[in-house]
This record gives sequence, structure tokens and C-alpha cells, in this order.
Amino acid sequence: MRGNKILAEGHSPLAQFEIKTLIPLQVGDINVSLTNSSVFMVATVLAISMFLVMGMRHSALVPGRWQSMVELSYIFIANLIKDTVGSEGRPYFPFIFTVFMFVLFGNLFGMLPYTFTFTSHIVVTFTMALFVFLGVTLIAIAKHKLRFFTFFMPPGVPMYMAPILIPIEIISYLSRPISLSVRLFANMLAGHTLMKVFAGFVFALGVFGIAPWVFIVALTGLEIVIAFLQAYVFTILTCLYLNDALHLH
Amino acid sequence: MPQLDISTFSTQIVWLVITFFALFIIMWRVAVPRISDSLEQRQNRMDDSLNKAAEFKKEAEAAIEAYEKSLAEAREAAHSAIADVNAKLLDETAAKDAELGTKLKAMLSESESSIAKATENAMDNVRVVAEEVASAAAERLLGDAVDAGVVSAAVDTATKSRN
Repeated sequence: MRGNKILAEGHSPLAQFEIKTLIPLQVGDINVSLTNSSVFMVATVLAISMFLVMGMRHSALVPGRWQSMVELSYIFIANLIKDTVGSEGRPYFPFIFTVFMFVLFGNLFGMLPYTFTFTSHIVVTFTMALFVFLGVTLIAIAKHKLRFFTFFMPPGVPMYMAPILIPIEIISYLSRPISLSVRLFANMLAGHTLMKVFAGFVFALGVFGIAPWVFIVALTGLEIVIAFLQAYVFTILTCLYLNDALHLH
Repeated sequence: MPQLDISTFSTQIVWLVITFFALFIIMWRVAVPRISDSLEQRQNRMDDSLNKAAEFKKEAEAAIEAYEKSLAEAREAAHSAIADVNAKLLDETAAKDAELGTKLKAMLSESESSIAKATENAMDNVRVVAEEVASAAAERLLGDAVDAGVVSAAVDTATKSRN
């Protein structure tokens, strides 16, 4: 069977997500090998640094195209924080900007052919979501001390509702990192898998492959939009969690 | 599914933490301050320019006000000068009129008095002539000299009756 042959050659739609060890490294018992995933993480960091630092190298009063893009991304996140968190969110700007740019460039890098999308791995997105979750929780506890726990009992709710409501609130709070990470991971996974599946059809259908090919072109546009959208969603949810941490209700 | 291969988790987490924090440090220390500096500088420059423009506008308004004030002052000064000259002229003409009037009056009264004197003289002469004529006539008629006193009385009565 042709399909099986393709799969056997390592061209399964999921093959693109395989972690390939490039330089095996071991620290103690922990595997810290340089993989295709880590290469693209480093590339993402370098690309963002280049984009931001080189764009502002000749900082002009009237910005050029590159500087405009840099300033636009800055203003975009600054406004996002101002709208969701308010002026108290200002100190967290560098972190939130980092989250946004990291996820955005990671997603966009994945749109280039032969690249690896590190945001399509649940362990990566979950680590980031967990970090956001723990950070936000620590900020909330540092700011509100024990009053933080009133967060699980919304004001104006009758006392007899508490036994039902408090567990629900706690579960919904604890599921935040899961929903945050799964949303990003699943979007990336589904999009890239779908593209790979249809890309397989292009060659399998011969002349009629033009139909899935057209579909892929459209899907590529959609995926680029999703790359932006998921970075935005990840960032705005981080902001909302931060807002909850700073203002509780 | 490669995502569920637990053996790759540690390397991904480690590299994620390294790269993410490297990026965070670059952002925090280099990129964000640069961008915010640039934006702030632009904002300051704009505010400066706007302030300057407002200042210039204020200055222009003050200049216009001063100009209008001096214009009004000049106009007022001109008005008062004209009024002064007019009053002076009126005074002068009035004084000249009065002077002329008194002069004329003096001349009039002088001439009147001279006329009166002349009339009197003339009347005296007439009387002398009348007396002479009367005495001559009487002498001719009467053939004898007539007393001068009688003649003058007769002339008196005659002139009185004529008057």
C-alpha cells in the first residue's frame, strides 16, 4: 500500500513533531541534548533580539518601517496590559512582552518549510503556562496574603452556596495552566497535522492534487493568522490572570 | 505521538527555560528600555513643540494687543490735537472779532463826534452868515444899521421856528 509506504518512510503527519537529538548532552541523569526543538528556541530568541534591537539601532524621531513594526508590537502589548490590568501591570510589561514575542515567533517559525514548531509540544506550552500560573499565584499571595483565598468565594454569593462554589472555583483556578497550554499546543498540532495530511494528498492525487494544493495555500494563510491569534490569546489570558492576581475580583 | 515521549521532556524544559530567560533578560535590560526611550523622546519632542507653538501664539496675541492699543492711543492723541487746534482757532478768531469790533466802534464814535462837531461848526457858521445876511438885508431895507443884538435874537427865533 502506498500510504503505508509513505508512513514507513517517516512521512507520517506526526513525523514533523519528532524530537531529533542533534548533539547528545547529559547533566547528571538529566537529558539536556541539543535537539531540533532547542535549535528553534535559540533561533527564536535570536530572531526576536535582532528584530527588536536592530530595529531600534538608529532610533529616529520619525520611524522607518522596521522601527515602526518594533514600536507597534511594543505599543500593542502596552495597550493590552493597560486595558486588561491597568497601570499596576506596568512592571510586568517586559515579561508579558517576552511571552508574546516568544510564542509569536515560535509559531511563525513553524510556518516556514522544514522547520520545527516548539509550541506544538505540550511539555513546552505547559511549562510556560505553569510558570505563568505559579508566578501569578505568587504575586497574588504576596500582594493579598491570606485574603487571596477569598478569591475562591466570589462576593455577593449566599453562604449556603459555598460548599458547591468553592470547589468549582478552585478546580477552575487549577485548570488554568492546563487550558492555557492545551489551547496553544492543540492549535499548533492540529494546524500543522492538517497541512501535512493535505500536503500528502497533493502528490497522491496526481493531477487532481491541485485541489488540496489550493486548500493548503488558503490554510497557510489561516495558520499564519492562528499563529498571531494564539500568541495574542496566550498573552491576553496571562494578562487576565495577572489582573485577577492584582485585583482579586 | 512524539509529544508524549517522556524521554524528550527534560531537554525541552531545560532549553525552554534557558532560552526564555535569555530572551527575558534581553527584553528587560536592552530592548524594552530602548523602545520606551525612543517613544518617550518622541512624546517629549511633540509636547515641546506643542508648548512652543502655544507660547508663540500667546506672544503673537500679545503683540496684536499692543499694536491695537498703540493704534487706539495714537488715534486718541490725533483727536485731541485736532480738538486743541480747533479751540485755539476759535479763541483766536473770537479775540480778533472782539478787537475789530471795539476798533470799529471807536472809529464810529470818533467819526460821529467829528460829524457832530462839523455840523455844529456848520450851524455856527450858518448863524453868523444868517446874522450878517439879516443885518445886511435890514440895513438895505431900513437904510440904517441894525443893532447886532436884535439881529441875533431875530435869527434865533427864526432858526428855532425852523427847527
